[in-house]
Amino acid sequence: MNAKHIDEGNFPMIATARSLGVTLLDRIGNTPLLSLERLTAHLPGVQILGKVEWANPGGSIKDRAAAAIVLDAEKRGLLKFHQAEGGSGGRALLDATSGNTGIAYAMLGAALGFPVTLCVPSNVSPERKNILAAHGATVIWTDPADGSDGAIRTARALAAAEPDHYLYADQYGNEQNWKAHYRTTANEIWKQTEGQVTHFIAGLGTSGTFMGTTRRLRELNPKIKCISMQPDSPFNGFEGLKHMATAIVPPIYDAKLADANIFMETERAYVMAKELGRRDGLLVGVSAAGAVAASLQVAEQEARAGREAVIVTILCDSADKYLSERFWREG
Amino acid sequence: MDIHIPTPLRAYTGSKQTVNVTGATVGQVLQQLTDSYPELRQHLYTPEGKLRSFVNIYLNDDDIRYLPGKESTPIEESDELTIIPSIAGGRYF
Repeated sequence: MNAKHIDEGNFPMIATARSLGVTLLDRIGNTPLLSLERLTAHLPGVQILGKVEWANPGGSIKDRAAAAIVLDAEKRGLLKFHQAEGGSGGRALLDATSGNTGIAYAMLGAALGFPVTLCVPSNVSPERKNILAAHGATVIWTDPADGSDGAIRTARALAAAEPDHYLYADQYGNEQNWKAHYRTTANEIWKQTEGQVTHFIAGLGTSGTFMGTTRRLRELNPKIKCISMQPDSPFNGFEGLKHMATAIVPPIYDAKLADANIFMETERAYVMAKELGRRDGLLVGVSAAGAVAASLQVAEQEARAGREAVIVTILCDSADKYLSERFWREG
Repeated sequence: MDIHIPTPLRAYTGSKQTVNVTGATVGQVLQQLTDSYPELRQHLYTPEGKLRSFVNIYLNDDDIRYLPGKESTPIEESDELTIIPSIAGGRYF
């Protein structure tokens, strides 16, 4: 065994410092499309496919919108990157969030070098609190009884009081939110289904995913049915989703865009989350489980009508941040 | 005693933020609350009468699920009951 010979003879010289690997930003988007075969085994000609959005580096679909918002703000000179290296002078990014968008901002702030301040209802899960703290974000906790609305009011007041210190990103009203999905999510779905997608189903929160993806898919094929899913009650167990009839409607939401809407009970999503965990090896979050339950409802309708269908839905995050919820251990 | 109503449920309490009720136990005051505002019942309880999984009710700072007496826990006039969803979704009035 001649170590010297191996060192000198078998390894190439590194002549230039060429960058290898990918960056954090490169890893956002281009998520896998997972076939949920077992769910539709009894429905010939009907498939349900889920975009695995927890494959994004921040663990949710919100990385797409957050990255688009942040990059746009930097391009327009509203937000400075690498602030930690270059001293002070830049503003902090500020927004209200109930979880995943906050995690995405906190991750991007840490990676790109800008401070992040988040207004968050104090009843978000302990897992979320720990992630935000680990990325070094500043968090202002708001009254849990006021839901996300309390967080939004706090963020607006802070932005108005200290405009030199904060850039209010406003995910509910920022056009970059839906445009991120118009540019990326929809085109990925089209490519991954080889243009065969017949139905698109997604939950409504800020509505960015549904608005952007639907607009682009309709351009690619106007016949695609786009169906929104929302909680059946203003008081529900879907983190980040909205009951639009009782919510302040996000400025980017257009109620006329959906072909149909499905109202989802929290308990139905819990049943699906447990079923996917136990029978498919998939630990998805409650909103993702609700989207799958809505997709199965549509799949059964199509099969009854004797039609073939390729149904695509969004698995917006995994169960990681919800495992402390008691429903996993009930029933 | 006062029961604090979270924003999304105020649509069913005539916009009241707090509702004053009387009773000897947590269960009794919750019963009085849903008798006074029947629309609340389906949002708090399953059809079988069990507290829905994502609904947390706090007696002062304690989740009633983890109190030894649960809904039979005795209360005093100065106590406060607060209804909070276990997660922080949505955007409400």
